[in-house]
Amino acid sequence: MATVTYAGATRHYPGTDRPAVDKLDLEIRDGEFLVLVGPSGCGKSTSLRMLAGLEDVDGGKILINDKDVTNLPPKSRDIAMVFQNYALYPHMTVYENMAFALKLRKTPKSEIDVRVKKAADMLQLGDYLNRKPKALSGGQRQRVAMGRAIVREPQVFLMDEPLSNLDAKLRVQTRSQIATLQSQLGITTVYVTHDQIEAMTMGHRVAVLLDGVLQQCDTPRALYDTPANVFVAGFIGSPAMNIKTVALTDEGGVFGQMILPLTREQVAAARAGGDGKVTVGFRPEDCQLVSATEGGMPVVVDLVEDLGSGANVYGHAAINGGDERFVVSTERRSMPNLGETVFVKPRTDHHHAFHATSGIRLA
Amino acid sequence: MSFDFAIEGEKLMMLVYGIIGFAAVMGLLLLALGKVDSPKDRWVAIGFLAPAGILLSIGLIYPAIRTLTLSFFDSSSTSFVGLDNYVWMFTHAETRETLRNTALWVLLVPTLSTAVGLLYAVLVDRTRFESFAKSLIFMPMAISFVGAGIIWSFVYAYRPTESDQIGLANQLVVWLGGEPQQWLLEDPWNTMFLIAVLVWIQAGFAMVVLSAAIKAIPSEITEAARLDGVTSSQMFWRVTVPSIRPALIVVLVTISVGTLKVFDVVRTMTGGQFRTSVIANEMYNYAFRYDEDGKGAALAVFLFLLVTPIVFYQVRLVRQRRKEAR
Repeated sequence: MATVTYAGATRHYPGTDRPAVDKLDLEIRDGEFLVLVGPSGCGKSTSLRMLAGLEDVDGGKILINDKDVTNLPPKSRDIAMVFQNYALYPHMTVYENMAFALKLRKTPKSEIDVRVKKAADMLQLGDYLNRKPKALSGGQRQRVAMGRAIVREPQVFLMDEPLSNLDAKLRVQTRSQIATLQSQLGITTVYVTHDQIEAMTMGHRVAVLLDGVLQQCDTPRALYDTPANVFVAGFIGSPAMNIKTVALTDEGGVFGQMILPLTREQVAAARAGGDGKVTVGFRPEDCQLVSATEGGMPVVVDLVEDLGSGANVYGHAAINGGDERFVVSTERRSMPNLGETVFVKPRTDHHHAFHATSGIRLA
Repeated sequence: MSFDFAIEGEKLMMLVYGIIGFAAVMGLLLLALGKVDSPKDRWVAIGFLAPAGILLSIGLIYPAIRTLTLSFFDSSSTSFVGLDNYVWMFTHAETRETLRNTALWVLLVPTLSTAVGLLYAVLVDRTRFESFAKSLIFMPMAISFVGAGIIWSFVYAYRPTESDQIGLANQLVVWLGGEPQQWLLEDPWNTMFLIAVLVWIQAGFAMVVLSAAIKAIPSEITEAARLDGVTSSQMFWRVTVPSIRPALIVVLVTISVGTLKVFDVVRTMTGGQFRTSVIANEMYNYAFRYDEDGKGAALAVFLFLLVTPIVFYQVRLVRQRRKEAR
């Protein structure tokens, strides 16, 4: 049971001009499942490896349970990690892989046996205990890696993209298994992924990183409803939010003939240094296809992704003299044809506004 | 050096005849193949295999059979003596010493070379001067065994106490206040000093192969081990060594075969005197210097019998690994 605190933690690789992780401040509560998410190179894995002790910390501190571990070696931190490629010891059986850390700690044989068998039961690995990793499927190897972490009963679990090497179906299945397992065990978990769906479905809270800087850390719902800036707005949600920088009037952002209304405070904030423009966005699922007379924006359909339960409609519209691309989610009943012109109308009060230059959300 | 064309010219002509003969055989074969109207696969295969097959028969198979036969005959290869030559090999005091020495070589060279190579590979791995340090220890690999033997003859060279030492080993001893030693005369230490030469050569080979194997260990595995809480010695014995086990075996086996056949080092440094001889050296002595063809052949056959199982094992290993890789 433990809390984890990043206090201004910084990692600056020698020979690079900006830090891989820049003054990260993050508090992870006891028993929490926190997901670090971001595009590749955003510093999420580095942050995790700093917590593991596999990466030097060049500035700031990292605490586990209020104890400064910044300069402790990995083995003194009481953490267990699951790697993307599992990193099982190829010369050991499944049992030996799981028992290795306990053996090194001189845990009595009988207790090792109990703990390994218990973890194996939890992960349905009972039949494979005497096999070597190379005789296992990818999913089984992944479970062994999980088992190796579980038997340790560590303060903190670290997982570095543990599902990336699984096929799509197994990934979805394992995703829910890991989430269930974590809530059963109640062990504080830090989970790294580049997949925002994984992040949204698994995390109690999600921390979004970009270029080594924390953008926002909040519950999946809050990230979705109130993204703190343009990057988070575009990163969270699939298909991505329609985000355009448009002219600003007293009423709001101008979208062709349509105006996305903004409050007086928002307009005032957008004016300050905004160059007479504002960035507005609406999610594909937060708009409707309406008839020509209802005041929607005309969009020419370029592509329809039929998902069975519904469809994503990709199209372009002429706005402010340029062609802008849009994506809209529709129900299966109202699926348009290619080349058709549809009229898109965002649902009232479901659009987002950001400062045109700084990208920060306008409250 | 003078070049006597009368003598050397004859040798050159022999060479030319040989090449012409080979070309003629090849030409005839290919011509015959071209004449066959619808060349079946088997004939094509035979055609291409024949040159190599003929050369192998002349150079390898025939001599092997001939050596085996000779080993059952007396020194002049005229009368059949049964297993006498083999009985002699295991009863004659000097030859038994040779066998003892060979055993020492085969035990010590592979283990020491591999140990030194492994230690070195681990120590220089991921250091700043790694490539320089590695080329230093790999360099001896580029020297021929004869060259190495001569170099080390100088290292071990002895001069009486009064005169200046020209050998590195004795100079060091003198600097440390000791008496210069006749390193290559005292049995059984002289064999150890010869063994050191081969270790010096082979450690580089071991180091290169093992270093590559160590680098092939995924970094996640060593990281996982660090998180599991290994100390550096546990990392070495329980993670690194098991991970490179296949490479270790290949190195041990390869050096073992090379060591069994060791000849040049002993030949150039002591000539097998002072109780330092090994099988290959005795084989040479009996077959080509003492005119004891039968005994020389018997030694050769025995050496062959020693090497064969190791080679078989090696081939099996390689096959196994290939299967696993699939």
